[in-house]
Amino acid sequence: MPDLLLELFSEEIPARMQANAAQDLQKLVTNALVDRGLTYEGAAAYVTPRRLTLNIVGLPARQSDQHEDIRGPRVGSPEQALAGFLKKAGLSSIDQAKIESDGKKGEIYIAHIHRAGKQTSDVLRDILPGIVRNFPWPRSMRWGDTIAYPESLRWVRPLHSIVCTFGPETEEPEIVDFEVGGITASNITYGHRFMAPAAIKVRRFGDYVAALEKAKVVLDPARRREIILTDAQTLAFAHGYELVEDEGLLNEVAGLVEWPVVLMGSFDAAFLDIPGEVVRATIRANQKCFVLRNPKTNKLAPAFILTANIEATDHGKAIAAGNSRVVRARLSDALYFWQTDQKPLPDYNPKRSLLDQRMDKSRQLNIVFHEKLGTQGERVDRIIALAQYIASLVGANPADAKRAAELCKADLITEVVGEFPEVQGLMGRRYAELQGEKPEVALAIEEHYKPQGPSDYVPKNPISIALALADKLDTLVGFWVIDEKPTGSKDPFALRRAALGVIRLVLENGLKINLSSPVRYALLKLLVSKIDYFYNAFDREYLPKERLIEAISFFGYLQEKSPFEYNYLNYDGFLKRFNPLLIKMMDEHWDVYESSIEVFAVGNNLLDWTVTEKLYDTVVPFGKRLNDDEVSRRYPELMELVTKTFESRANELTNLRIHPDKIPAESSFFEKYACAISSDLLTFFNERLKVYLREKGMRHDVLDAVISLEANDLLEIQNRAQALQVFLETDSGKNLLAAYKRAANILRAEEKKFPTEAASYALPGEVKYLHEPSEKALGAELHTSAYETSAAMRKNDFTAALNALAKLAQPAEAFFTDVMVNADDAALRLNRLRLLSNFRAQMHAAADFSKIAG
Amino acid sequence: MTSKTSALDPARSFQGLLLTLQQFWAAQGCVILQPYDMEVGAGTFHPATTLRSLGPKHWNAAYVQPSRRPKDGRYGENPNRLQHYYQFQVILKPSPSNLQQLYLDSLAAIGVDMALHDIRFVEDDWESPTLGAWGLGWECWCDGMEVSQFTYFQQVAGVECAPISGELTYGLERLAMYVQGVENVYDLNFNGLEGAAKVTYGDVFKQAEQEYSRHNFEHADTAMLVQHFKDAEAECKALLAAGDQHERHTMALPAYDQCIKASHRFNLLDARGVISVTERQSYILRVRELAKACGQAWLKTAGGGAA
Repeated sequence: MPDLLLELFSEEIPARMQANAAQDLQKLVTNALVDRGLTYEGAAAYVTPRRLTLNIVGLPARQSDQHEDIRGPRVGSPEQALAGFLKKAGLSSIDQAKIESDGKKGEIYIAHIHRAGKQTSDVLRDILPGIVRNFPWPRSMRWGDTIAYPESLRWVRPLHSIVCTFGPETEEPEIVDFEVGGITASNITYGHRFMAPAAIKVRRFGDYVAALEKAKVVLDPARRREIILTDAQTLAFAHGYELVEDEGLLNEVAGLVEWPVVLMGSFDAAFLDIPGEVVRATIRANQKCFVLRNPKTNKLAPAFILTANIEATDHGKAIAAGNSRVVRARLSDALYFWQTDQKPLPDYNPKRSLLDQRMDKSRQLNIVFHEKLGTQGERVDRIIALAQYIASLVGANPADAKRAAELCKADLITEVVGEFPEVQGLMGRRYAELQGEKPEVALAIEEHYKPQGPSDYVPKNPISIALALADKLDTLVGFWVIDEKPTGSKDPFALRRAALGVIRLVLENGLKINLSSPVRYALLKLLVSKIDYFYNAFDREYLPKERLIEAISFFGYLQEKSPFEYNYLNYDGFLKRFNPLLIKMMDEHWDVYESSIEVFAVGNNLLDWTVTEKLYDTVVPFGKRLNDDEVSRRYPELMELVTKTFESRANELTNLRIHPDKIPAESSFFEKYACAISSDLLTFFNERLKVYLREKGMRHDVLDAVISLEANDLLEIQNRAQALQVFLETDSGKNLLAAYKRAANILRAEEKKFPTEAASYALPGEVKYLHEPSEKALGAELHTSAYETSAAMRKNDFTAALNALAKLAQPAEAFFTDVMVNADDAALRLNRLRLLSNFRAQMHAAADFSKIAG
Repeated sequence: MTSKTSALDPARSFQGLLLTLQQFWAAQGCVILQPYDMEVGAGTFHPATTLRSLGPKHWNAAYVQPSRRPKDGRYGENPNRLQHYYQFQVILKPSPSNLQQLYLDSLAAIGVDMALHDIRFVEDDWESPTLGAWGLGWECWCDGMEVSQFTYFQQVAGVECAPISGELTYGLERLAMYVQGVENVYDLNFNGLEGAAKVTYGDVFKQAEQEYSRHNFEHADTAMLVQHFKDAEAECKALLAAGDQHERHTMALPAYDQCIKASHRFNLLDARGVISVTERQSYILRVRELAKACGQAWLKTAGGGAA
């Protein structure tokens, strides 16, 4: 069977795009062939910096012929029907159709269509130009004397030539000479840019690979990686060092060379005073070289491995020297940064520590975290508050958590992190240690970014845990509020990773923590810190001016209701914080200022008029004062206004986000808004938790059964899922589930048949209608288990609850055997359904067994 | 005594390097221009690149462009960083299909032996927010050191390029340090002579680096610079309006000069550290608006290919 060889030869393809490009090429060509009925035995794609190559073996030489019979209308049918048939069958005259007899219809026209299969090479000529033109490069370009997009050919870098041959092993293959963008495919390729640039005539994959190898091109990226890795290890070993392996770098370097030649360079050992991670980052990021370590000390060695693309005539001496010189210059820069970071900033308070100064600088420069979420300084303020709060939940020292939070983003201002963002956190820890912070505070500064993914380690230090949770929750809540949630494959702010981080921090540290309170707390902090934003952007867009009044009252409300921080804002503080905004509102909405003051008072439950007095004082310049009488007189009217406006608007918006049952009826609009956001976010956590636990081997249906909207305690969910999964494997579990399914099926059938009656199933059964011994037994057992189950659930002993429920299996089974549920006596029947309904309800109180499969 | 020819050996003298590149590209049919007589941050700002890369007309040019980056000043104390340095700029429109080879030939011309040195094309997507321009290409590495940038312009002044220009930018000091084998830019031999007749890069530029660093970081009058920025912006817009004759434009070049001026004032303000993050964006945006308008105006001139 014939094989296809396709090579697209271009200028240097960015290393990071190579692997995907090879996959895409293979997928696009093979799919297009299969779509045209051309299946193949095997396919493989390869890539180097200058070529994308596809080898498909075992293709048919041509498509098989297609036969089709198209049945037409009866002989003598109207003209229209005949015309339609001719068109469908592609015939020009009815004489071309055969007449056959069809049992029922009599004589009908029939067209025997025969389509000859095309030569595969012709199919390739058809499909390949389109694949090249529409190749999914992340970013592509035009070159030369081109016309503007979209007509012209685009490629990742200028495309120079194409090899395309097709044919069986035994014959000279055919050149599939398709043309695209002025390039005609041939059988000519080229070797290594410097060592063997001459043209090479190729036939098929076998001789192609061999010819390239001779022309100093290793086609297979996996082999290049292997060569680099092995040679690097050997070379390091020969010098008494050990290679610090780095898979990402290895992939990149293999994408920068066609002919890897591993060499060693060196630098002055004095540079090893710089933290090893910075040395590594410098050498890796700027020079794409590997660092080495001394196996005896486990510290970095003053040498590095580079990968050249040529076999130099001096065996690489000049190349190694040149690279060493560049590395030296880069390390000088790094050393300078590292030393500069250990000096005070000239224009900042000399009494503050180095990191505090950096944070002061961040605040002074108003460095933006996110356009809508404000500055890094504001974010740190929120994290400080949140970390302290969470510290109290996870048994960390709140003062230490506060200190770690104050400094956790300070290293972003340092020179080293400015140059090498990947050492953020780590440098913060180094500098914190240097300035004498407590070790666990310094550690928390590094670890608060952890875990970074499913395999990263999870901090154990309580301060780190508090700070890591605070950082992630603030991020999540923030992006939820501005509605930048992840969608599909898009997650630009790595929010899924942040949520997984929270989950792993909680579960892997066995933290008993109900996420809803820190989430609500984070939200409160965000809304308070960003009130100006909500006023300026969000509120104005969605809310008419009356709602501004609510905004003010809401923050008063939070102050009153916020359970964990009652004194978060004392009145003076509150006024100081919100005065400018308040004044702005007054200014812009002169006509509502009076009521806004009043509603503010109402919203705050401020029956203490002295406070309102204070508020009046602040807005005196903007309007006349109201006297107490007036306020008292208008109180009912204002109350109504508050209630009405809050209610209507709240319903509109919150319906979009949350089940209304979750919101206390008396909540304000903003309370509902907060509720909606946190509920949505908690649902997201539950989704991520499902993914996480599924990967840990938990059953899909078991997770669905224990995860509900109300379940916000991750550890409890995990424990329940584990207990339930184990329980369902036991005999009593299986029996209970069988009984449950039976009860549920009966109930479902009856509920469907008698929907009006169904509502009353939930009522308790009555003892007087319990006739048969087995229904008496079930009734009694339901009574006992109800007590035992709820007692166990209250103690969060889920296994005990399941075991209590398990006692129902046997009586339920006996009930099904002995008792006819659909008794003729209506009262008996209803009572039996209520018994089953009670059984089902008890099960559901533990977990949603309807989700369990089987 | 060094003979005159060897004094101009690119491996011996900075000026020799520069002359060799000029010779090389002249032989390829490039117009050899002299530097643009204004303060610019990079050779790309020269109208011979920015404006000539727009429109259908073919254009091949090469020139040295002194470039000023006020923020990169180090008071003459850093061996690699300068607030004033030379770029050698080549623009070929349309980009010839052998542009990479021509570039490699030019390196060979200045004495880089491809059998000894490792030349690499490493991905580098170029973007100039102030010019509303972007392109794809590479950093060119020689033994791990970036010595040039190689870009296929895709868009300039917000306009899609057609044909596409290939742009080569050589960092002359770096290349010279490499071919002369010196570690400190101020030690570069400028004129290729030895002994008393030798002139180093430091002799020529060290004092300037010290003085301009003081100016850029400490003494530049920021209020005045802000005013100059506004003036240049206003003048640019005024010239664009005055020269606009519907199908034609009669003052694209003078207007573009004002855009260059505004851009450099912004760089100076930035170096003085008086521009906040948000302001920074808005300054960049304002310069870009000017650049875009100048590009549009250029397309309505003879040089821009207007009939």
